[in-house]
Amino acid sequence: MSTAHPSLPRRSRLDPEPVARRDFLGLAALWSAAAALGFAALGALRLPKAAVLPSPSKKFRVHLPESLAPGEAYVPPGRSVALFKGADGVFAISTVCTHLGCIVKPTPHGFDCPCHGSRFAPDGSVVRGPAPAPLPWLAVTSAGGGSVIVDEGASVPPGTKVAV
Amino acid sequence: MSARSSDDGLARLWANLRAAPRRLRETMFRSGPPVSDRARSSFIFGNVFLHLHPARVHRWSLRWATTWGLGMIALSAFLVTLVTGVLLMFYYKPYPDVAYESIKNIHFVVPTGRFMRNIHRWAAHVMVIAVLAHMARVFFTAAYRRPREFNWLIGMGLLVTTLGLSFSGYLLPWDQLAYWAITIGANIAQSPREITDALGITASFDPGGLQKLLLLGSDEVGEEALIRFYLFHVMLLPLILVALLAVHFWRIRKDGGLARPADAEARLGPPHPATYPVFTEAPQKTYHLAAVVRGRTPAVGNGPEGTVPAMPHLLYGELALFMLTVGICLVLSVLFDAPLKELANPAVPENPAKAPWYFLGLQELVSFSAFMGGIGIPTMVLIGLGLIPYLDREEAGTGEWFGGPGGGALVGRAAVFGLTTAVALEALAIHFGWLRQWWPEVPQLLITAFNPGTVLTAIYAAYSLWLVRRHNSTRAGALGLFTCFLAGFVVLTVIGTYFRGPNWEFYWSPTHWPGH
Repeated sequence: MSTAHPSLPRRSRLDPEPVARRDFLGLAALWSAAAALGFAALGALRLPKAAVLPSPSKKFRVHLPESLAPGEAYVPPGRSVALFKGADGVFAISTVCTHLGCIVKPTPHGFDCPCHGSRFAPDGSVVRGPAPAPLPWLAVTSAGGGSVIVDEGASVPPGTKVAV
Repeated sequence: MSARSSDDGLARLWANLRAAPRRLRETMFRSGPPVSDRARSSFIFGNVFLHLHPARVHRWSLRWATTWGLGMIALSAFLVTLVTGVLLMFYYKPYPDVAYESIKNIHFVVPTGRFMRNIHRWAAHVMVIAVLAHMARVFFTAAYRRPREFNWLIGMGLLVTTLGLSFSGYLLPWDQLAYWAITIGANIAQSPREITDALGITASFDPGGLQKLLLLGSDEVGEEALIRFYLFHVMLLPLILVALLAVHFWRIRKDGGLARPADAEARLGPPHPATYPVFTEAPQKTYHLAAVVRGRTPAVGNGPEGTVPAMPHLLYGELALFMLTVGICLVLSVLFDAPLKELANPAVPENPAKAPWYFLGLQELVSFSAFMGGIGIPTMVLIGLGLIPYLDREEAGTGEWFGGPGGGALVGRAAVFGLTTAVALEALAIHFGWLRQWWPEVPQLLITAFNPGTVLTAIYAAYSLWLVRRHNSTRAGALGLFTCFLAGFVVLTVIGTYFRGPNWEFYWSPTHWPGH
């Protein structure tokens, strides 16, 4: 304080130099413009996120072959689902690998992923490899006459089986 | 009287017509042929396309060993992809199945189509290699230091954009290779779910799902994804790349040209007598451009020491590099066709499904943990690279290969350390498996945090910190870390490329792959 010029008014943290009116207006204009453009950009960024996904329906009806043995997988053509028929009913396991989305292949001892070597047990649980989660079981409803409706978009707790 | 004057008018018209070509040339290039120092300078700064060059360039910058021309090769490869890419757009149709047909047309029907496609593909590979090598050159010559810190960051942006361009171009042929590589890539974008699922918060907080949705425009790779990748590849990313390139080049000038050691002049020795005079018109007064150009003021009567005119020395070097790049792309394109597999089949993955070679190191890492390999470790590496110029504030060794404490010997030891550690960890994981094979019930978060990829990263980081302590220098640590990551990248890429077969199993050779 002793070094301050005598003609200058004494200022402290509680009594700061007032901002000049022009400076204030300039800063206000700058920050308003920045805020307006920022919010406009944020609003525009909503465009790339589709509100309705263009993918086709995830439900499909399938007729299980009569010859399907217990424990044997039936993969409907063009679908990423493996259907199994046991004594106590039908169940469906997704064949989309939970690691990076490759299609796993049903084998006698479970499922093998071709991309990064994940292996799954017959109930879909991870045996080895990088997959972070078991293969989901999918919702199956009986449509009568030996056919079922599978919903690839809805998962059910493992072990859920449906009598046909 | 009037007849004669109209004769004059016709004669003048005739004379002007005859002079028109000469005058056109003179008005286009006002400074005349570049024969004097002055004309050589105005040849550069009087031309909108050349004026990013300096009028005079230091002899040190022109040595092959300073840059190996890597930046110019990267730019040349980009220009080649630009021209061939525009040509390919004449026939390419970005719609599933139709896209595949149009690539087949380009490859088998369109005149020179196969050749152009091959050149486009090879130039893209050359560009990726040149960008990586250019980055390594800048790092090893410590050219990122003050005042070039920010340009190093711009360069990192250019690296990421280059990889993005390659990756987005990968989907366009819509063949099996493309489809499954992009499926894997999109699911890497979704891999933060590995964490959010384990914490059980995906329903309320799902950045992974959002990233995948923005990338694909859908929940699977389909027509929406193809049109988006096409947009990225031909419009968005090239625009970003060009904007970043402009800043990158402009800053080279503003940051005072290429980095060179303080005693560059002494190391170079006197110029060869046959060189165009290093400085002819020795000025008798001091330049003072301090407000415009960084650096020392040239001494009186001495001129800007050690510089030669950019025309011809720099420009002819650049032309040579451009022609070399074009030549390499042409030869490779004649010898090797760009691959085109079967039409994309969403029900049957390629086995093995491999990304482009420069992503195979990452693919090796994601085969341990999708999130860490695909997002976590790459982000850490990028942050580390970006911090280097702000942490290394030393001066020793700027502009020298492997400059700094430790030098080339340290880099050699770090390379051996990096290679052996990466190979040993891979061998361990391949031979004995990892946590899940030992304890199937192990929580996913533990694998995410503790897998060969993160262990390797941690070992490299620890080694680098030890180097900082031992040499009492940040630069020594940075040299070690960069070399280690380079070594790790090479090991993982080689394993991913040559030693991984169906089901991502380890095979000594593709001839051992089981038939399928």
